[in-house]
Amino acid sequence: MKTVNLLLSGVGGQGVILASAILSRAALLQGLDIKQSEVHGMSQRGGSVVSHVRVGEKVHSPLVAEGGCDILLGFEPLEALRFAHWVRKGGTIVYTPDRVNPSTVSAGLAEYPDDVEERLRTYPVNLVRVEAAALAERAGNRRAANVVLVGAASRYLDFPLEVWEKAVEGSVPPKVRDVNREAFRLGREA
Amino acid sequence: MKEVLSGNEAIARGAWEAGVRYAAAYPGTPSTEILENIGTRYRDDIYSQWSPNEKVALETVVGASIAGVRALAAMKHVGVNVAADPLFTASYTGVRGGLVLVCADDPNLHSSQNEQDNRNYAKFAKIPLVEPSDSQEAKEFLKIAFEISEQFDTPVLFRTTTRISHSKSIVDLGDRAELPRPDHMERDVKKYTMLPAYARPKHPKIEERLRNLRAYGATSPLNRVEMGDRSVGIVASGIAYQYAKEALPNASFLKLGLTYPIPDDLVREFASKVDQLIVVEELDPFLEEQIRLLGIEVAHGKDWFPITGELTPEAVAERLTGRVGQRQPAAEGLPVRPPVLCPGCSHRGVFTVLRKLKVYVSGDIGCYTLGALPPFEALHACLCMGGSITMAHGISKAMGEVTDRKDRTVAVIGDSTFFHSGVTGLMDMIWNGGHSVVMIQDNRITAMTGGQVTPGIGKTLMGADSPAIDIEKLVVTLGVKPENVRVVSAYDLKEIETVLKEELDKPEPSVVITKDPCVLQYRVKNTPMRVDPEACTACGVCLRTSCIALGMTGEGDEKHAEIDPNFCTGCTVCAQVCKFDAIRPQE
Ligand SMILES: Cc1ncc(C[n+]2csc(CCOP(=O)(O)OP(=O)(O)O)c2C)c(N)n1
Ligand code: SF4
Ligand code: SF4
Repeated sequence: MKTVNLLLSGVGGQGVILASAILSRAALLQGLDIKQSEVHGMSQRGGSVVSHVRVGEKVHSPLVAEGGCDILLGFEPLEALRFAHWVRKGGTIVYTPDRVNPSTVSAGLAEYPDDVEERLRTYPVNLVRVEAAALAERAGNRRAANVVLVGAASRYLDFPLEVWEKAVEGSVPPKVRDVNREAFRLGREA
Repeated sequence: MKEVLSGNEAIARGAWEAGVRYAAAYPGTPSTEILENIGTRYRDDIYSQWSPNEKVALETVVGASIAGVRALAAMKHVGVNVAADPLFTASYTGVRGGLVLVCADDPNLHSSQNEQDNRNYAKFAKIPLVEPSDSQEAKEFLKIAFEISEQFDTPVLFRTTTRISHSKSIVDLGDRAELPRPDHMERDVKKYTMLPAYARPKHPKIEERLRNLRAYGATSPLNRVEMGDRSVGIVASGIAYQYAKEALPNASFLKLGLTYPIPDDLVREFASKVDQLIVVEELDPFLEEQIRLLGIEVAHGKDWFPITGELTPEAVAERLTGRVGQRQPAAEGLPVRPPVLCPGCSHRGVFTVLRKLKVYVSGDIGCYTLGALPPFEALHACLCMGGSITMAHGISKAMGEVTDRKDRTVAVIGDSTFFHSGVTGLMDMIWNGGHSVVMIQDNRITAMTGGQVTPGIGKTLMGADSPAIDIEKLVVTLGVKPENVRVVSAYDLKEIETVLKEELDKPEPSVVITKDPCVLQYRVKNTPMRVDPEACTACGVCLRTSCIALGMTGEGDEKHAEIDPNFCTGCTVCAQVCKFDAIRPQE
């Protein structure tokens, strides 16, 4: 299998790290090599977070090269746009339209651009819009939006469904297992 | 068994497999998870603790080594500055049980105050340096580092970077080496007592140790030659190796895991077999300089790869292959998303008041350092941990008598940082007749590094109960007058303002303490506030508290502030700055 390069971009507190863990676990179950690395600032909520996940026969660098990303998961539209140029021509961007204001916008120091989705459409990629928060709410918890996105991305990785299910179950605490299983399914079918 | 582990988790595992019995650290990104893992997953076999600071941590580890057990200290790069004193002389005493100091550098300053390359410490302290390049190596190399420590009677510096510590990859798990606990305490005064007479003969021994290590490097499993296409020979270590290997998988590589001292003969031999030598490394030309000193020609090194920041796979590939990858233009003009105090954070109210008082604020390192960013800009200097109180003292002495309250200084410091190295600064201020106000923001945790216990909480890393050090009593004992020690609510802006004004006007040292806990770590959530759109005039004053729960909505006459109840913790700070009483608790 050719190495697949994924990026997950979002905001601190949205569960980008858990989503990366599910992807890594699925690849491990598939017998693949994995490197995962995240770039985040400090412990507070609200800053940008981006996680790199690379899976394949043999992976060296833990970072995806700029311009070499196959699949970008955008947990927030502005954060999807911020990393859109990392995606190669013909790659895929799966994103949710649910907005989270940066502190600079909350503080009145900057405006949230109103053309984010329009600008995403200018990239030469396969653009997939998934209402992750709404689907997560339907699954039983708004906070499972991250797992909805993993579900949506799972269609672009050639792993059997059982592997994904095992990976989701193994990555979340028992009491939220059902919600997350459902969130994954809704994302995969979206 | 295989598991996906981060570099830090793999180091913790490596410590366990190496038979380590003692580990100590002070938290610091990106090193923190090493001790967090040892303290949870391996707590049955390894005694572990947080120490108040890195010097203390390393000294306790030296003690454990003298007792004869394998011992590990962990810290971030700047932590080694704090621990440098014991480190340099531990190079002289050597070890009994193996001693490894793990230091995690932070190229690109993801969460640090500088970008120093700690490989230089190995050369400076004349100790061996080991650098892994992924999680599997982090675990295996750590075990070898303990062997080297014991074989060569030396502390070993084990250096990672953010990219190694925080990247995850597959690790093959092994078993624990069962090393017996020593049954008595050996005395060896000349080995462990560094009087001039006993230390002087150690120095030539250290030089000899370096020569022996240099020879050992030629056959060490830490170093590896991968011969391929001989037109380029790449020398690399750590993460730089991974980027170079990705770019030119068929080139010849000298992959070094023991990077100080470098194995002269191996480097010479490798250089003689390839047409040109390229050194790929992050930050300083540490390997390049060692290689050039051998008289070996380096075709490319720091002329190609930047001396600042992190290397990236694309930058390394472009240099090594000469091909520039296809890229789309980046979206421009997007608002940045910097880290920000959490909704409800107990630091928010204090900075709201400090901004209003316009005093000079000498800051320290913690979440509260964010008080320097807009819209607060109410923290005017921050140097190193503990530096707030001492800088404030120097500033006030240098300024002499001031009449305007705006020229007075307030030092702002967190609980963990106060215990780390603020206490000695306060001692200095009291002893030498200073008169600044010290604000101790005791949020009952080391928040910025992800929530580690402090000496003030009554818990240890391993979860045991312990006496909680009482900051109020401590500062009174140091000599701050009891009437100048004031405890205020972090959420009562009027009280903070009144008390700060009173203490600023006194010609003696004062300490003002908040004790409200970190809302993120203690999961504080009260009834959210809501904005009454009728009462709100959209003046925007509340937005200047910089809370991401707040925002403006609507246009023209309809424009008003709004609060996202999912984020709001109901702290009331924004309500207190609203002049129109438009922000009230949700019914
Ligand atoms: C010498 C040194 N060691 C460790 C760190 C990492 N570090 C940054 S802030 C901090 C402590 C923050 O705790 P506290 O002062 O209680 O403030 P809080 O973040 O809780 O507001 C630590 C350990 C550092 N920057 N420098
Ligand atoms: S982690 Fe705690 S101290 Fe840090 S910004 Fe959030 S609430 Fe404040
Ligand atoms: S009360 Fe105001 S400042 Fe406090 S968390 Fe809620 S919105 Fe933020």
